[in-house]
Amino acid sequence: MTKTVTDVVCPFCGTLCDDLEVAVTDDGKQILDVYNACAIGAEKFLHSQAKDRITRPRFQQPDGTWKETSYDEAADYTAKMLAGAKKPLMYGWSSTNCEAQSMGHEIAEMCGACVDNTAAVCHGTTLIAVQDIGLPTCTLGEVKNRADTIIFWGCNPCHAHPRHMSRYSIFPRGFFTGKGHKSRKLVVVDPRVTDTAKMADIHLQVTQGQDYELLNAFRVAFKGEWLPDVVAGIPKEKIIEAANIMKAGRFGIIFFGMGVTQSLGKNHNIDEAIAVTKDLNEYTKFSIMPMRGHYNVTGSGEVLAWQFGYPYSVDLTRGFPRYNPGDTSSIDLLTRGEIDAAFVIGSDPGAHFPISAVKKIAQVNSVCIDPHITPTSGVSKLHVPVAFVGVETGGNAYRMDNVPIDCRKVVEPPEGMLTDEEFLTMVRDRVKKLKGVA
Amino acid sequence: METVTITMKNPPVLYLEAEHVCPDEFAGKTAAQIAELHVYEGNTKSTLGKYFEVSGNAGATAAETKIVVKGDVKRVKYLGMKMSAGEVVVEGSTDLYAGAWMSGGKMTVKGDIQAFAATGMKGGELIIEGNAGNYLGAAYRGDWRGMSGGKILVKGNAGSDVGMYMTGGEMVINGDVDVHLATHAEGGKIIVKGNAPSKVAGQMVEGDIIIFGTIDVMMPGFKYVDDVDLEIEGTTAKFAHYIGDTGERHKKRKGQMVYGNLYQKI
Repeated sequence: MTKTVTDVVCPFCGTLCDDLEVAVTDDGKQILDVYNACAIGAEKFLHSQAKDRITRPRFQQPDGTWKETSYDEAADYTAKMLAGAKKPLMYGWSSTNCEAQSMGHEIAEMCGACVDNTAAVCHGTTLIAVQDIGLPTCTLGEVKNRADTIIFWGCNPCHAHPRHMSRYSIFPRGFFTGKGHKSRKLVVVDPRVTDTAKMADIHLQVTQGQDYELLNAFRVAFKGEWLPDVVAGIPKEKIIEAANIMKAGRFGIIFFGMGVTQSLGKNHNIDEAIAVTKDLNEYTKFSIMPMRGHYNVTGSGEVLAWQFGYPYSVDLTRGFPRYNPGDTSSIDLLTRGEIDAAFVIGSDPGAHFPISAVKKIAQVNSVCIDPHITPTSGVSKLHVPVAFVGVETGGNAYRMDNVPIDCRKVVEPPEGMLTDEEFLTMVRDRVKKLKGVA
Repeated sequence: METVTITMKNPPVLYLEAEHVCPDEFAGKTAAQIAELHVYEGNTKSTLGKYFEVSGNAGATAAETKIVVKGDVKRVKYLGMKMSAGEVVVEGSTDLYAGAWMSGGKMTVKGDIQAFAATGMKGGELIIEGNAGNYLGAAYRGDWRGMSGGKILVKGNAGSDVGMYMTGGEMVINGDVDVHLATHAEGGKIIVKGNAPSKVAGQMVEGDIIIFGTIDVMMPGFKYVDDVDLEIEGTTAKFAHYIGDTGERHKKRKGQMVYGNLYQKI
């Protein structure tokens, strides 16, 4: 016999779908099937059931082989490494719950560490722009019930946030959007003809790296000022047509992704996109929202901002928080050789950082806390496998629209395995002793 | 003017934060007292004397104090930060935040400087004989007031985001700049003798930018007005005059809309 756990929250992307159903065995130890999830989300649940999963911490030996150890010894090593370093980096946090993040920040404060999350290579530029000019935003519920003009700028939800369009942005029939996708206009701005772009009413195939110019052209078009014949590869007439569609809707929203946040212009692209949103509110109601990637990267920003005042790249080395991406951001710290210890949790910089930064992780003392074997665990001195948040333990996570949702525990973790929070609590207690904090 | 010479003898393993290397902090102190000023390497606090050899006593006030920094200070941040008078000479290259928030005096760097130099500069003079990094004379994160006064001369090239949120002062760059020159600028004057690739003066509200070289991609918000003859730093030449950013908000003065001015040499 099996039982079904309902209303399960999916710990994969920032859409944080909360309508999954998971069939588990009667003893609650094994997942049999996952319903309602997208292919990526389902895989995350099923992957946790792998028989060859690492269940105990392990040290990398000089010859590259691994030696199993206990959680106690792993916590000793981690605490000594962090407490003894002059400038340790504590990076990741986006694939764990807010409780673990908060515990990690306690350690960081005691050790004088730099704390950074995956926004550093993702939507960090968005956060810079938000600090510069603010953010007129809304919740995904408002998008579902009200939005009739949807703009996807530099993002491809068909593949990156697969259920975003069916749950919130394009297909659902909301309170004022009873005709579903028939009542919505879709504009996609992307240099590539993506699967999202193929669905668009208007696809603006912008020249790569010229999003800033196109956004600027929209603002000029709204004001009816002179425009060059072609901007960023788009003819003037098409820009004016798209500008009129944006102005004509009752409620519009710009969703944007890595295509604008990490291409040439970076934070200025978002700065200008927010200014476009502000300008559009002269004519209609318009909002803007970043398509956050990891399921709890938003939560990491929230917890960091609540505790230290800044949403990412926080430097606590001097005993008070400082923030200046470019100086205190992970890739700069690593490539410039500013840090002497690396602690990575709930993220995989080994796969996403430039090789010069990854080499630095390999050179210094390093700990990787991750349920999976990843390129990061491969270059770390110590790999601590933990239970999957949202599958084997609950905890709080924030959706891309800053709505907090409590994840559910679906099955038991393999025997003797700790959660992120439990392991970090062990490290915190040891750091307290080493630092002589009562 | 009294001269204090500090020479790097023990380079840091990581990076050194030495915001006290500033005439205002040195003023009235003897060499021994200066060596006791604190510096940070990561989270570890120690003294200037641990890393530098200090010779010479400072003058009674900042204005009477000159600091000469010798040796390899490529891994030293915050040199000359918040200086209000006196002089700082760095004989080599240095790291982030050189001359940040300076309000007076003169700072000369004979090599290159990295990012965030002259952040929020209010006055004084900064001369960089090599290249400058990103965010030269820009605002600190989240601030809407970048460089507001003083003069910067870069003899080499400068990076991106130069003069972001600039509200006043003057900057001369003899070489090229990278993208996002004078974004959000609300005043001041920037002269670039070399080229600027793209995104020049985006969201600019007010101020003057003069480019002697090429601009690969012009912002759509800049509108050609006319050709003008200008005398810039002893050179008289014909410039194409553009105004903008027409997509951005602008003030009215005496009934006239005030735009940012962009001049490009023809």
